[in-house]
Amino acid sequence: MTDALLKVEDLKVAYGGIHAVKGINLEVKQGELVALIGANGAGKSTTLKTLVGMVKPTAGSITFNGENTARLAPYHYVDRGLVLVPEGRGVFPRLTVEENLQMGAHTRNDKGAIASDMARVYDLFPRLKERRLQLAGTLSGGEQQMVAIGRAIMSRPKLLLLDEPSMGLAPIIVQKIFEIIRMIAAEGVTMLLVEQNAKLALETADRGYVMESGKITLADDAKVLLANEAIQKAYLGE
Amino acid sequence: MNFAFMKTRHGKAITYAVLAVILALLPWMLTGGFENGKSWVRAVDFALLYIMLALGLNIVVGYAGLLDLGYIAFYAVGAYVYALLNSPHLAAILPAWLIGPNFIVMLVVAAVFAGMFGVMLGTPVLKLRGDYLAIVTLGFGEIIRIFLNNLDRPVNITNGPQGINNIDKVHFLDIDFGRPMEWLGLTFDMVHLYYYLILAFCIFIIFVTLRLQHSRIGRAWVALREDEIAANAMGINIRNVKLLAFAMGASFGGVSGALFASFQGFVSPESFVLMESIMVLCMVVLGGMGHIPGVILGAIIVSITPEILRDVINPLQEGIFGRRVVDPENLRMLIFGLAMIIIMLLRPEGLWPSKRRAREFHEHDEEAQA
Ligand SMILES: Nc1ncnc2c1ncn2[C@@H]1O[C@H](COP(=O)(O)OP(=O)(O)O)[C@@H](O)[C@H]1O
Ligand SMILES: [Mg+2]
Repeated sequence: MTDALLKVEDLKVAYGGIHAVKGINLEVKQGELVALIGANGAGKSTTLKTLVGMVKPTAGSITFNGENTARLAPYHYVDRGLVLVPEGRGVFPRLTVEENLQMGAHTRNDKGAIASDMARVYDLFPRLKERRLQLAGTLSGGEQQMVAIGRAIMSRPKLLLLDEPSMGLAPIIVQKIFEIIRMIAAEGVTMLLVEQNAKLALETADRGYVMESGKITLADDAKVLLANEAIQKAYLGE
Repeated sequence: MNFAFMKTRHGKAITYAVLAVILALLPWMLTGGFENGKSWVRAVDFALLYIMLALGLNIVVGYAGLLDLGYIAFYAVGAYVYALLNSPHLAAILPAWLIGPNFIVMLVVAAVFAGMFGVMLGTPVLKLRGDYLAIVTLGFGEIIRIFLNNLDRPVNITNGPQGINNIDKVHFLDIDFGRPMEWLGLTFDMVHLYYYLILAFCIFIIFVTLRLQHSRIGRAWVALREDEIAANAMGINIRNVKLLAFAMGASFGGVSGALFASFQGFVSPESFVLMESIMVLCMVVLGGMGHIPGVILGAIIVSITPEILRDVINPLQEGIFGRRVVDPENLRMLIFGLAMIIIMLLRPEGLWPSKRRAREFHEHDEEAQA
């Protein structure tokens, strides 16, 4: 396939002597919601961090929107539309909700569009609108996740990378976050979603990859993966 | 206190007008009101220089969150650049066109030079934060001072510990700032003339820092201060933004230093010791880090208080004991130290903090009330 928005080929990443990602291939097409699932320590976060330059690959290639984006400095990715909502959210704790959202639009110049995007984020997260002047560090975990996602939307991503948005959240909040993820997907934002909550991720996604100790072991339509017995045993607790 | 009135547009205009009148008349109130009024105007001139320094350091420490304990080095660079180009010291060696340049050109040169030194300091410390950064910057400040002290051999550039004398006063707009001038029936002495000159630059720098704060670069500094990794992810080039903070802060110091050299007519390495860096940092922290009005207040308090003490303590001592028991200079550090401890214990956010900082320190109080 040549029309992939993101194409990763034979990507290898190591931390000193530890090989965290051992030669993976994956791709995300325009408009898709792709899930990357796997156990703790499989290398999912490392993969996402490598995609936005926070970690440098040891081998392999990353092509985003037709451009080789491996090894750029981390601040070059937002402009290209590659935006990560990191594990643990990475909000600015001592800035207000609104200031956090504005930071997402830091590299943009289109004032009017920024204002309308802000309004859209507040539509998606009415909760944030109520708390727009509260310091982000004083929000609950779920609200911080909303800030992190909202801030990413403010960057107008072409590909949104989400690292375990459900982590540490109460089930009802997780449902809410995934509802939002589906809404954003419906608006046409392409997403690569990393989750340990495999069931929910595969129910939400179009396609899925399964990662085990640094390698991709399975890749298929999300529905097919959901029906796969081995996956049900290993990840879906059935 | 209720400042609500001052926030309306009408109120703002009135406040600024009153402030302008006070600032315009201040030196005359001092010379008219006090027997040693001129030395008070001189003290105010120095306070204005310190405000410029504190605002420069505030960019580095307050906005970008980079602790710098060697800031006075940039003041030194500005002062020496002015001194070398405006005194007989190097006049025989340097080409004639370099000596005594136009005043504005001179200030630009001082700012650019100091800014280059800022980048020189910034580059090796890009990866450092907090206490490590503080130690390296402290070392940098000392290195500059030691260079100034020793660059009299083999070629005499800085004239070593003796310093440089006979520095020309500013000549600008047909005014010789070193000579008394008659105008509107008033005699403007050197201290008066310099008051207005330094005040003008001080206002200019306040204006620039205000604009910076609300600019894209100002927001980038905030992001950098709060979380480097997240800032990077927002598309901010950490390296450039940090170097810009160092360079901007340093260039303010350089301008201030150049004005200092011309005002004082004499510079030596002694004026640029570590204690001076610490004093400027105290002004920033005591006033309210990152908040321009607070930083100005801090600079005024820290630079003027010793003058007041000098005038109050000696007569007081003589009145009570019949003689001087303690040298006011020693007492000054004692009182200053105590004041710092008390203020930092009671108001760690500074005397006049920004709303943001006050909130950071009192978030828990609010929660307790809620
Ligand atoms: N900064 C790091 N330094 C060294 N090893 C790391 C670092 N980050 C992750 N690892 C290791 O890399 C492997 C993959 O980690 P990670 O990508 O976080 O997995 P996942 O997100 O799938 O749970 C793990 O063995 C982890 O211990
Ligand atoms: Mg992870």
